[in-house]
Amino acid sequence: MKKLLGNAPLAVIVGLLLVVVIYPLVWLLQSSFKTTVEFATQPTWALPKGFAWQNYVQAWNSGMATYFLNSILAVFPSLLLILAISVSAAFALEVMTWRLRNPVLLLFLAGIMVPLQLVLLPLFTIYFQASLIDTRWALIITYTAFGLPLSVFLMAGFFKSVPREVMEAAVLDGASIYKVFYRVALPMVANGLVTIALVQFFFLWNDLLFTLTFISSDSNRTIQTGLLNFTGQYGQVDWGPTFAAISLAVIPTLILYLVLNQQVIKGLASGSLKG
Amino acid sequence: MELLLRDRRAILTFIGPALLVYTLVVLVPIVWSLVYTLFEGNVIAGFQFVGLHNFAILVRDPAFWQAVAFTLKYAFFVTIGQVGVGLLLALLYVFYLRNASGLVRTLIFFPVILPTVAVAQMYSKLFEIAPQLGLVNSLLQAVHLDGWVQPWLGQGGTAFVVLVIMDIWRSMGFYAVLLYAGLIDVPSEMLEAARVDGASGFRLVRSVVLPLMTPILFSSLIFSINGTLKVFDSVLALTNGGPGQATTPLTLLMYNTAFSNGQYGYGSTIAFALAFMCLLVTLVIFRSARRNVA
Repeated sequence: MKKLLGNAPLAVIVGLLLVVVIYPLVWLLQSSFKTTVEFATQPTWALPKGFAWQNYVQAWNSGMATYFLNSILAVFPSLLLILAISVSAAFALEVMTWRLRNPVLLLFLAGIMVPLQLVLLPLFTIYFQASLIDTRWALIITYTAFGLPLSVFLMAGFFKSVPREVMEAAVLDGASIYKVFYRVALPMVANGLVTIALVQFFFLWNDLLFTLTFISSDSNRTIQTGLLNFTGQYGQVDWGPTFAAISLAVIPTLILYLVLNQQVIKGLASGSLKG
Repeated sequence: MELLLRDRRAILTFIGPALLVYTLVVLVPIVWSLVYTLFEGNVIAGFQFVGLHNFAILVRDPAFWQAVAFTLKYAFFVTIGQVGVGLLLALLYVFYLRNASGLVRTLIFFPVILPTVAVAQMYSKLFEIAPQLGLVNSLLQAVHLDGWVQPWLGQGGTAFVVLVIMDIWRSMGFYAVLLYAGLIDVPSEMLEAARVDGASGFRLVRSVVLPLMTPILFSSLIFSINGTLKVFDSVLALTNGGPGQATTPLTLLMYNTAFSNGQYGYGSTIAFALAFMCLLVTLVIFRSARRNVA
């Protein structure tokens, strides 16, 4: 009994905490199903009377569909490139032996600290000269390059935990170094690849700065700049579709998190503090 | 085996693509940006060599100093908030929730992965005043605090408060997990020994737990301050620097200088000032960390 009483205030704190974290999102989702009349007549915390799916239809048809597709077409090619390039680089840096490997690893690490504002103008100039402004290539190139530092670093860590003996055995069997990489090392870091893909997915999907800078026309906008544009256009008047649009931007990350939250937490946490 | 691992051509094949992309898209632009500080102009109008003129403007530009002040103020409050609340949460997880903390940890981490733009749009609706009251103003009205109902994002002071609250809300779960990982590394024998010696509650935390966590606390601080000094997304999406210039950090000032005014040279100069600030703050924390440990 004493223990229960002693813990009661803490239980209240935990409860309040969860309300503070979760309720705004519940409010967001429930508001996305309200009609204009409900917004005007009901208190804002009232539950929606029904499911006003037309909010979603309107949001989807007034741009969100395009933004979604653009994001997917920029993010997934970048993810594949990041994985392919960083896993082989990490193999060279962690498994193979050469003189400059520590300085090169440090060079990649330094990239984690650089403020992105520092590279924005030269990159804009390059893309402008190459007529890549307002194309998805500008995003894919930039995403790939800036995904590398963290990915190479994390990947090197995964290779470190692969036992050397396994690779040595393959070599004794007459495998070439490429075969060792492809057949032996790669399958052993498969989990690492998933972790990196997850972490980078959130970074790229949530990117605002690069798409704001390199994309100018509405039909090429990705989800973040698109959402900004959408709420700028409809946010004041059409609350229903606006809440629906915000929810649409959140839902992919929400689903991914529901399914894979432990990997996501571990991946994001391990990616930060080693630097 | 050794011979195979020293195969130069294989090494180049493996690391070449990464090194090439990284050099061209990250390293070269950094140097290029440094060169830009000596020029003025943009890709359309062309460039003109101005020497150190940009730096001379910088030190006398009130907009720059206002942005520096805002950036530091923001970084100070949000870093303290992120790491402080994160630490409290981590203590809560370890000492109160114990093995049952998994679900709470997962829920509180959740906002970390949400798109900043979406979170900012949600917050601007939470604190909305017109055409309809948002959740916060509605609640204030419901408990008869009508005097508090106000345009939260329309006033510099309250906009700053909302911004700070939002960014702590967004990231506290992340720091909680980081510090939680550091906390469960504290050997339980040491805690037992301290308990036997009569330490408990606040004293146990202050004189046993915190000293053992110093390394991870300092790395959290460095990580947090480096992130907050570079704040961009949340400001742009929540207030766009306004009202007026009241919530404009260096990143946004740089962005507007370069892309709205077409001043690439001055924009790069501001970007370097920001990079210098990050480096300086990190070094200061590093040094004090070393002194603390020694």
